[in-house]
Amino acid sequence: MLKAYNINDLPSSPSVDKVGVEERVARFQSRSIKNQAKMQGLKMVLSMIDLTTLEGKDTPGKVRQMCFKAAHLHDAYPNLPSVAAVCVYPSMVNLAKSIVGVHGINVASVSTAFPSGQAPLEVKLADTKFAVENGADEIDMVISRGKFLGGEYAFVFDEIAAIKEVCGRSRLKVILETGELTTLDNVRKASDIAIYAGADFIKTSTGKIQPAATMQVTYTMLQAIRDYYDETGKMVGMKPAGGISNAKLALHNLVMVKEVLGQEWLNNEWFRFGASSLANDVLMQILKTDSGVYQSSNYFTLD
Amino acid sequence: MSTENKNWEYADAVEGTGHIKLKEKYGLYINGEWVAPRSKTYFSSTNPHDEAHLAEVAQANKQDVDAAVIAAERAYHDVWSKITPAERGKYIFRIARLMQEQAKELAVIESLDSGKPIREARDIDIPLACNHLFYYAGWADKLDYAFPNQKKEPLGVAGQIIPWNFPLLMAAWKIAPALATGNTVVLKPAETTSLTALKLAEIIDEAGLPPGVVNIVTGFGDTGAAIVAHPKVSKVAFTGSTAVGKLIQKTIAGTDKKATLELGGKSANIIFDDAPLDQAVEGIINGIFFNQGHVCCAGSRLFVQENIADKVIRKLKHRMQSLQIGNPLDKNTDIGAINSSEQLKTINKYIDIGRKEGSECFQVDCALPNIGYYCKPTLFINVAQSSVLAQEEIFGPVLTIQTFRTIDEVIQKANNSPYGLAAGVWTDKGSKIFNLTSKLKAGVVWANTYNKFDPASPFGGYKESGFGREGGLHGLGAYLK
Repeated sequence: MLKAYNINDLPSSPSVDKVGVEERVARFQSRSIKNQAKMQGLKMVLSMIDLTTLEGKDTPGKVRQMCFKAAHLHDAYPNLPSVAAVCVYPSMVNLAKSIVGVHGINVASVSTAFPSGQAPLEVKLADTKFAVENGADEIDMVISRGKFLGGEYAFVFDEIAAIKEVCGRSRLKVILETGELTTLDNVRKASDIAIYAGADFIKTSTGKIQPAATMQVTYTMLQAIRDYYDETGKMVGMKPAGGISNAKLALHNLVMVKEVLGQEWLNNEWFRFGASSLANDVLMQILKTDSGVYQSSNYFTLD
Repeated sequence: MSTENKNWEYADAVEGTGHIKLKEKYGLYINGEWVAPRSKTYFSSTNPHDEAHLAEVAQANKQDVDAAVIAAERAYHDVWSKITPAERGKYIFRIARLMQEQAKELAVIESLDSGKPIREARDIDIPLACNHLFYYAGWADKLDYAFPNQKKEPLGVAGQIIPWNFPLLMAAWKIAPALATGNTVVLKPAETTSLTALKLAEIIDEAGLPPGVVNIVTGFGDTGAAIVAHPKVSKVAFTGSTAVGKLIQKTIAGTDKKATLELGGKSANIIFDDAPLDQAVEGIINGIFFNQGHVCCAGSRLFVQENIADKVIRKLKHRMQSLQIGNPLDKNTDIGAINSSEQLKTINKYIDIGRKEGSECFQVDCALPNIGYYCKPTLFINVAQSSVLAQEEIFGPVLTIQTFRTIDEVIQKANNSPYGLAAGVWTDKGSKIFNLTSKLKAGVVWANTYNKFDPASPFGGYKESGFGREGGLHGLGAYLK
């Protein structure tokens, strides 16, 4: 596949004013989501989750149980969507695929020496190929933050483009690890690099570094997606990951997507949440919205 | 694997009105008592959202105003100029605290009576009004530090006339510094938005302020004229139109009355190509659509550097499309109702003029409520300096967009206006900001933000936008001799 762009095609990224971003985010958070809008939003959140386990201590047993949960979020309540994908390490892709594949749930695999990305390109390419060959529908790569902060933007760009080539038909999510980029100007620049280098999705974080998916960061990335869409007519997806652990925050994220990007992005083809504990809070809110009372957390499974 | 295709719209989230208390009929608050107007006339205050009647409000005539001024003068001589400054401060603190306690009720009444979104009334108007009172309460016993070695003295009775765009906030802006400096007050709210001023009278009464220190008289322009002309009024503080400001100047010419006038504006919001564009777009939105554009310092003239004009306009149009327009009491409403049918007519007149002049017009694509006074947020693109739209204050959600090439050009164009209330500058470059702030003839210049208010910051205009400053230390000086 031909590279669409090279680093020289990259437009200069606009500066980002942190104070202004915080004010805008506060406005999203002041939206009142009630009744049917809340129910519809909560179900949408469930369907957008990439249920994730990324630990050194992951075992087939753990992954198997999480994959079961992905397809059976809360069987006691009918007509719930399943999550969008499960997200695992490359070594678990094969197993995960064998369980969730039949349910139409995707398997996403982190790659490129996740989470640090501190490995040579050949290793990263091999890592990615392995995941793709094992059946990963989606690849979540990390960028080389060290190179980025060192000003080697072309290196970062070319690396993403190279990974994109070996992804084949798997969709590529590019993790910026915004907690290490530290400024919103950097977040914007890294977003532009990732998008022009061929990312299908841009993603905030690995979940290993704090802060992760703050709304300020996600908003800045959404604006990059918006600008790219306005320039080229092509859609890019967004995945905030890490730190979104309750339903209210997830709904505020949807408000932000709706107002910055629009309705077309409000589905799991273009928007995802990377989360491990969000699903249960959303389930609890769905049941509460329906019945008017909260149920004990003991009724929600921990896989 | 995409999920539901049904559009996700915000459900109604209308703030309740069950907790508000409005009387059927309001008299005048004179000398610490509610009295019937000598005019025996009342008028209706209505909700601009659905034109529903809210309450009957007394119409004060010349005799009523006379009674209010005499009460204020007596209170000044007998009580207010005699008690210690610390005591004065305590009363103002008490009023501020009571306002805070009743903030929710005040916000809802403000939204009902004025048409502004509940979000703004709740998050901006009422908290800021309380902050003004708190701020000036603190100054009451520290005037010697504000004006060292100057032995400042109060003026006496202050006649204060306020507009309908920020009813309670303007009342607080006016009353707080006047009381802190030892003056007494006769205040007249605008005829379309009297209710929160009358609620404030109830709060003042509850606070036990000595009778006559604050008198609130409601009515139309003639009531205001009677206050201005009254010989016992030593100070006139007016916020409103430039036309009325000029009339006031004529009336008080030759007297020793002091005046501060905060009048109209046609403020420039200037976007350079090195600005943080998405935040600048927010600043444009906030500059012109805040409070339906009923803001004297609204950034109603947008100047965009020509090389980024297309991009900024595209972003602006897209952003405008996400504004929620409708019932002011809905917590998600961004743009509420125009304050009165009269004002709506004025705005529509200007939109017609703009269309006739041939500028490109853009309006948000949305349905407006069938009743009530609503206006779509509107842009006029490719406007010239010589267009009526770029010269006259519209006081509504209508923005004109002009392009510029160089800094000198934009400074010249921004200053080329009879007004000079405020300006906004958007650039990433600090030196550019300081260059512009020193050359723009405007009372307030905001850098990379717009419509920010703080009690500690003085506010006021150049040229026909008025004179005198309100807020901060400057605001104290306007009530002292």
